[in-house]
Amino acid sequence: MNSRPLSPHLGVYKFMYTMVLSILHRLTGVVSTVGFLLFTWWLMALASGSAAYAAAMRGLSTPLVKLLLAGFAFSFVYHFCNGIRHLVWDSGRALERAQARRGGLIVVVAALALTALVVWLGCAALTRGAP
Amino acid sequence: MSLRTPLGRVLGRGSAGDGVGHWWMQRVTAIALVPLTLWFVIALLGHPLQSYEGMRGWLGQPWVAVPTILLIVTLAWHSKLGVQVVIEDYVHAKGAKTTSLLLSTFVHFAAAVAAVFAVLVLALT
Repeated sequence: MNSRPLSPHLGVYKFMYTMVLSILHRLTGVVSTVGFLLFTWWLMALASGSAAYAAAMRGLSTPLVKLLLAGFAFSFVYHFCNGIRHLVWDSGRALERAQARRGGLIVVVAALALTALVVWLGCAALTRGAP
Repeated sequence: MSLRTPLGRVLGRGSAGDGVGHWWMQRVTAIALVPLTLWFVIALLGHPLQSYEGMRGWLGQPWVAVPTILLIVTLAWHSKLGVQVVIEDYVHAKGAKTTSLLLSTFVHFAAAVAAVFAVLVLALT
């Protein structure tokens, strides 16, 4: 392997919080990929019959796994909100620095609020319909 | 003056060899995922998750199964494109890069087929 510098050049920039939002977009995207695999596993359990589904739901309802699910919820919601920010940029809008910073703030606030809502509704849904 | 050949310019391809196809499909799938995921999450959270019959009955309906399959395919596609970029950016050793790209492709295809198959089982049996 040659020693030419390869992108992304992470070490040459002054720190700004929009950088954290940017890397968080990738991180939450990768975490959401794991969430997609978990979703697939859940669908397969549902298709495998009532015993398999009951076992899967027992696993998903333990406190530690619920905390993990909340993490997946935040990852997905953040990626969703920041993804819309990216789509706005792709349309050529809101590319000025001040706008990028304000957009970032909106995304963080929206992601935290929506995650709280999803976790609240999710906890309720996880207790409904117990056999 | 551009150093690119006229043919290269006409084809519109960069060094990756596939032009803006990857970038474009990432946006197309992203736009499709906005309504699909919004619908699915809201609908899912309104259902009794612990009830096998309840969930099966809901996901097995034609007008639920079809958008769910669309969601699965679009999600897998978008995820595959995204993970590919992350691997290409951060895994520099050639062997490890090729191996992880292969693995990601296989896992995404396998997961998509399994998830679609599961929904078909719910809808058709």
